[in-house]
Amino acid sequence: MAIKVRIPTPMRSFTGGAAEVHIEAATIRELIDKLEGKYPGMKERICDSDGSVRLYVNIYLNDEDIRAMDDIDTPVKGGDSIHIIPAIAGG
Amino acid sequence: MFEFNEDHIKRYSRHILLPEVGRVGQKKINNAKVLLVGAGGIGAPVAYYLAAAGVGTIGIIDADVVELSNLQRQIIHSMDDLGKHKAISAKETIEKLNTDVTVITHLVRASSSNIMDIIANYDIVVDGSDNFPTRYLINDACVLSNKPLSSGAVFRFNGQVITVIPNEGPCYRCLYREPPPPDMTASCQEAGVLGVLPGTIGLLQATEVLKLIIGHGDPLCGQMLNYEALEMDFRKIKVKRNPNCPVCGDNPTITELIDYEEFCRVNF
Repeated sequence: MAIKVRIPTPMRSFTGGAAEVHIEAATIRELIDKLEGKYPGMKERICDSDGSVRLYVNIYLNDEDIRAMDDIDTPVKGGDSIHIIPAIAGG
Repeated sequence: MFEFNEDHIKRYSRHILLPEVGRVGQKKINNAKVLLVGAGGIGAPVAYYLAAAGVGTIGIIDADVVELSNLQRQIIHSMDDLGKHKAISAKETIEKLNTDVTVITHLVRASSSNIMDIIANYDIVVDGSDNFPTRYLINDACVLSNKPLSSGAVFRFNGQVITVIPNEGPCYRCLYREPPPPDMTASCQEAGVLGVLPGTIGLLQATEVLKLIIGHGDPLCGQMLNYEALEMDFRKIKVKRNPNCPVCGDNPTITELIDYEEFCRVNF
């Protein structure tokens, strides 16, 4: 069973406008790599050059911040819901 | 202190009828002092509704003037206000709505050198600014002055709201540890925004402000509300205080305001 990944508005240009995509992975790290495989360019928007999640991007596994778990090595399973939410500043 | 007359009781009757507000809560609203950072897409509805609610003192920081492209969403301004300072335009609109409200205009850009003195005169701060340096500045100033902050932001179809209550929950820096690099930061001017979106976000913030004033309900403290307008998806996400937060953590390194333009540049 795949993991539901919600794509934030600023990154939807990579997914052809799709707000949600489905990915199979065992960890957040693998999930990001698979996203990159399917939608080239996305990883750079999510991760620094050293592979860690950028500090202005938050990833939530079932509404919990992965930084409060095992960060990029947090395990995921089918049926989980992932939200990628970057900081925005418009007023 | 604010004293009710007959008109006040009529004007605020729908609040007074609410057991959670009542006369006591309405008086708290009439005595409250709220500072709005920005009288734009978010600040406009916040100012208008808080004025209608009777918030006694509304401060507005904004150095910009009203432009035609603002009127798609900044409902406190109108055609007659083009070219006028937004804070002054907002004040004039509010004065037509409710003379119980005192509006104080701060026709400056919020900065490390002025914000602490301005904030000192208010009970609650609402951030509806349009850039990261100001957002980090306002967060740090509120934490350092121990003032509750409702921080809201919009981008295209996405809105986010968090309420920061210093010493009780996480701050904006705990939510987003660093700002994006300037070249990845698009403003509404460059990226667009659905006109009603800052209205939705602003009214969520105004709701938080009124709850804080009357002391009822659960604010978005330790939670961030993320709203995706296209899917009509409202989602509350848990935000934990970061013990290593430079401003509200266990060993803070930011004990006075820094240069935020520089901070938003040098991280990259």
